[in-house]
Amino acid sequence: MKLNLKIWRQKNRDSKGKIATYTVKNISKDSSFLEMLDILNNDLLEKGEEPVAFDHDCREGICGMCSLYINGKAHGPDSRVTTCQLHMRKFNDGETIYIEPWRAKALPIIKDLVVDRTAFDRIQQAGGYISVNTSGNTQDANLTPIPKNDADKSFDAATCIGCAACVATCKNSSAMLFVSAKVSQYAMLPQGRVEAKERVINMVKQMDKEGFGNCSNTGACEIECPKGISLENIAKLNREYLSATLSTK
Amino acid sequence: MKKITFAINYRKAKAKYNQDELVEICVRYYFLDKNTSKYKVKNMSTGVKCMLKDWDKDWHKNPERLPILKTDIDYIEKNKKLFELRKRILVDNFQKIDTEDKLFKSSKKLNAKIPNGEINLKWTNHKNNINLVNPANKRNIDIIVVGTGLAGGSASASLAELGYNVKSFCYQDSPRRAHSIAAQGGINAAKNYQNDGDSVHRLFYDTVKGGDYRSREANVYRLAEVSGNIIDQCVAQGVPFAREYGGLLDNRSFGGVLVSRTFYAKGQTGQQLLLGAYSAMNRQIAKGKIQMYNRHEMLELVLVEGKARGIIARNLETGEIKKYSAHAVVIASGGYGNVFYLSTNAMGSNVTASWKIHKKGAYFANPCFTQIHPTCIPRSGDHQSKLTLMSESLRNDGRIWVPKKIEDVKKIRNGDLKPIDIKEEERDYYLERRYPAFGNLVPRDVASRAAKERIDAGFGVNKTGEAVYLDYSSAIKRYGKEKALLIGIKKPSEKEIISLGEEIVEAKYGNLFQMYEKIVDENPYKTPMMIYPAVHYTMGGVWVDYNLMTSIPGCYCIGEANFSDHGANRLGASALMQGLADGYFVLPYTIGDYLADEIRTGPISTDTKEFDEAKKSVEEKIKKLANIKGSKPADYFHIKLGKIMWEYVGMSRNEKGLKTAIKEIKKLRSLFWKELFIPEDIYSMNKELEKAGRVLDFLELGELFALDALNRNESCGGHYREESVEKDGPQKGEAKRDDENYSYVSAWEYMDDPSKSVLHKEHLKFDNIELKQRSYK
Amino acid sequence: MKKYYFYYTIGRKVLMALSGFFLMVFLLQHLAINLLSVISPNLFNEVSHFMGTNKLIQFILQPILISGLIFHLIMGAILDYKNRNSRNTNYSYNKNDNSTWVSRNMIITGTMVFLFICLHFYDFWIPEINTKFVNGDWSGLHHGEFKYFSELQHKFQDTWRVLLYSISFIFLSLHLLHGFQSSFQSVGIRNSSTTPLLKKLSIYYAILVPAGFVFIAIYHYIDQLII
Repeated sequence: MKLNLKIWRQKNRDSKGKIATYTVKNISKDSSFLEMLDILNNDLLEKGEEPVAFDHDCREGICGMCSLYINGKAHGPDSRVTTCQLHMRKFNDGETIYIEPWRAKALPIIKDLVVDRTAFDRIQQAGGYISVNTSGNTQDANLTPIPKNDADKSFDAATCIGCAACVATCKNSSAMLFVSAKVSQYAMLPQGRVEAKERVINMVKQMDKEGFGNCSNTGACEIECPKGISLENIAKLNREYLSATLSTK
Repeated sequence: MKKITFAINYRKAKAKYNQDELVEICVRYYFLDKNTSKYKVKNMSTGVKCMLKDWDKDWHKNPERLPILKTDIDYIEKNKKLFELRKRILVDNFQKIDTEDKLFKSSKKLNAKIPNGEINLKWTNHKNNINLVNPANKRNIDIIVVGTGLAGGSASASLAELGYNVKSFCYQDSPRRAHSIAAQGGINAAKNYQNDGDSVHRLFYDTVKGGDYRSREANVYRLAEVSGNIIDQCVAQGVPFAREYGGLLDNRSFGGVLVSRTFYAKGQTGQQLLLGAYSAMNRQIAKGKIQMYNRHEMLELVLVEGKARGIIARNLETGEIKKYSAHAVVIASGGYGNVFYLSTNAMGSNVTASWKIHKKGAYFANPCFTQIHPTCIPRSGDHQSKLTLMSESLRNDGRIWVPKKIEDVKKIRNGDLKPIDIKEEERDYYLERRYPAFGNLVPRDVASRAAKERIDAGFGVNKTGEAVYLDYSSAIKRYGKEKALLIGIKKPSEKEIISLGEEIVEAKYGNLFQMYEKIVDENPYKTPMMIYPAVHYTMGGVWVDYNLMTSIPGCYCIGEANFSDHGANRLGASALMQGLADGYFVLPYTIGDYLADEIRTGPISTDTKEFDEAKKSVEEKIKKLANIKGSKPADYFHIKLGKIMWEYVGMSRNEKGLKTAIKEIKKLRSLFWKELFIPEDIYSMNKELEKAGRVLDFLELGELFALDALNRNESCGGHYREESVEKDGPQKGEAKRDDENYSYVSAWEYMDDPSKSVLHKEHLKFDNIELKQRSYK
Repeated sequence: MKKYYFYYTIGRKVLMALSGFFLMVFLLQHLAINLLSVISPNLFNEVSHFMGTNKLIQFILQPILISGLIFHLIMGAILDYKNRNSRNTNYSYNKNDNSTWVSRNMIITGTMVFLFICLHFYDFWIPEINTKFVNGDWSGLHHGEFKYFSELQHKFQDTWRVLLYSISFIFLSLHLLHGFQSSFQSVGIRNSSTTPLLKKLSIYYAILVPAGFVFIAIYHYIDQLII
């Protein structure tokens, strides 16, 4: 198939970017979206032009490195997949495809389609952990039974891959779904309860400091999340925050 | 053999001993040196310890030890007894040592530093005797960790918790992206929660046997010993493992072992464990104990007076090249499966860090041991950039087949025939045919080779001719019938059976089926899935001793990047175990042994000749790459290299092919230096430059890889030499291991060029496990 | 310290939701009283007079209501400003099909409702305040009769005003469609059993309450046409 690509090109953090148009030909319907970009880049290189920079790594939808706002949707038109799992059979021959980076003040563009997501790391550093040192004598893993339901829910929240599609698609560039996933993962486990209050306050504080917007419950994040993290986590985060606020001295 | 004597503690002889002092019992013996024809004395520790007061000083006066005179009436009987006694003490040890002596002549440089003593006490004793660094001094010691996967992440966090200053590097945008995250199946631990007879020894035994007896006993035993602690630690960190309704941890059986010892979190165990290690790291980053360098790639190791003292790294965002110093350097950069271009590794997974230290003097061990996983989604065309793995568990219920008739294969490829239209008797269930005992559950390497055999014979079923079928229709029917009985349907119709069966299969494998459907666009419930083997894991890696230190003092290597625990083949769910064992429970102790001598070193300046030279060499190399100004992108060479590797150094290898591979790789490398093109702006984000550097290292590694495969003329684990197969008997045609000649680790020393590498052999001793040939017939 | 926490986004959201709850309760009460005008002008006059002259209502509840309204308004504006600011460049192509229009445009529907409230104040509240607080007339009488019902009817003589009121209530309905359920989410009330119920309730509330007001306006308009 033949495609027209409208791709955001930006030299570095400080420069102004613009949309550039490219054409690729002979793309197989079975190839993945990123393989199509590989082909474009090899074409560009053979012409001696600068290839399009984009983030990707595992290409099986788990590392969370790939991003891309494709045709007005985070991770493209397919649902519950990351960009690397998106295949060209979702597009039509001759179609024009817009490819843009995530856009949010807290996720500045580094180059072309590559964005800086270290804000997510900093939010996690503010409290996304359980303070336990490595030791050969931690208590036995089966000493504290955890109801299966809680463990499963905690797992569902923990499957977040930190790709930032939620921020990208949110009209407010809010990182609430990401933060809530981490907060509720720990809040639902007994070992995470100990620090639950400090955790939620500190992580929310950091989230604000990074310049993410505020949640207005549009629910777009839940729909675009490639891992299907539920809005229930945001409600849980709100609850945790409220109870922490009311009970902390 | 002439004479033996027992003695105590001759090695660290002291003038005076306390009565309650623990001393080692040693044996001294005389032997005939064949070269000089003279008798020599050799001392050897038995590893047994006892207190001095318990030692029978008059032992040698034991009547059995007194010379037996010919005049004695029981001369023959007593002599026989004495002989038996000596034999018992010596034959097992002494003869081995005799052969070992021969082998060690070529590998004096390798000292594995395996502690003495019984295997189950080695690690405890070693920890008890190891040097420690006092907490106040730890604050003044820096450690560089390259890589943030399970091994690197857990090591960084644990070292920082101990008080060291850690500098952690990863090429991704966040430590959480490391490819450990993609591990699906689970993590083994000898917890015996299921009361099915699991134990440390059984896990140790399974791992050594699974590795086809090419791993180091002591390391594997230690791995099995600490495996339980890993689970405790991860649960304490908040890793949401799967649980039973009673709230206790659930286990499953994995990879054909006889016990259920695998802990898991759905199909995302690697992700959950990595995020656990990442959260532990985050805690230390927040405290300032870990300094994190995201989007940084290590490009050189700096040696000062022979010790690892720092690295040179490139900031991948700005292109800036900087010097970083430390008292020790830990490499945890994962495996090198991407030398095949197509593998289940991440696109960025590379050998660069390991290769750079190899070029600086670290030995590279067993590079040819690569695991090829049988159930991956096949290549759909030349555009393919990576392969996706589907969990091994699919083989539990699926049946693998290709058509019996070559005409059917052709029709399928042209799209004239659908696989479901091929009748049962026209299908060749080749695994069931060849291995009736294990059928579709033969180990990974056997399944992969059998698929290759069929495909090479022309029976591949997809467009590219590189796939076999994995069929669930009989499993669906079987489950459907069982379910129908269970819910009381007397005479279920075909349709009812299938829909009930599909429900059960969906509950068990739903996410895998969905993944398959997304990629291939075929409904795996209705039509058989296509699978093909793909490179998955590399057992080989940087040679390390028992302390996980490479042959460069102060340079350590952990996780998949080292070679030590999996021998020639890795069992399912053992990679996560090894990564975390190394990072959480081994390295943090053993590194202290080295660093205890570094407390007086003080801060290490980067303004020295050594650092400047290293930096300059890196800069020159990059400029050289940018100045080739050819016309081919780095991927072009990578794809070519992958094809050579897959063709000649893939699942089945022979002398001729390996020699061809070495020649071809050399040619390709010189072409690389002529034809490469990368955008010239090296002081900005330049993904092509990154790729080019990695491909160049792969081009060098590939040659060593083939060289190692050529040297090892035996078939063991993932390494299959066509020359070494069973010639007759029931095992005819199967892989044949050669313990007599190849029971060693090949550790390669770099000399200017991969082809000039020097081989050192570390002989493997198996004191606790009997060596057996594998059989799955 | 506690106050400090409300400075962060979630704290603000909670306050936004709480003021929203408060306004929604007020709306119900307002609707109930207005509906009396359809049933019985006398009863309406009496209740209105009580509401208009009771000291508790006038000096305590009324200021609370007004400050709640102003708070909701200002906080909404601040949050929207911040949210807009969290993205520098907009997408050149954004499908926006993953959320409803109403949820994305609360600021627009909110502003329209605010403009309506201005008109509403101009119509009823300012004259009321003028009579009571400037002229000091607390009797509620006009030409010897309670003025409330007649004033109401008087306002709904104009076709354009009725039309304006009706349109404004459509905006209110849109605002409530998202606002009602969103408030519950903001204070953390959400689970698999109550959420579907709340969503249904949300739709009923958001349609029926504004529809009630529109009905009253049209009723009086038609009522006077017939006369």
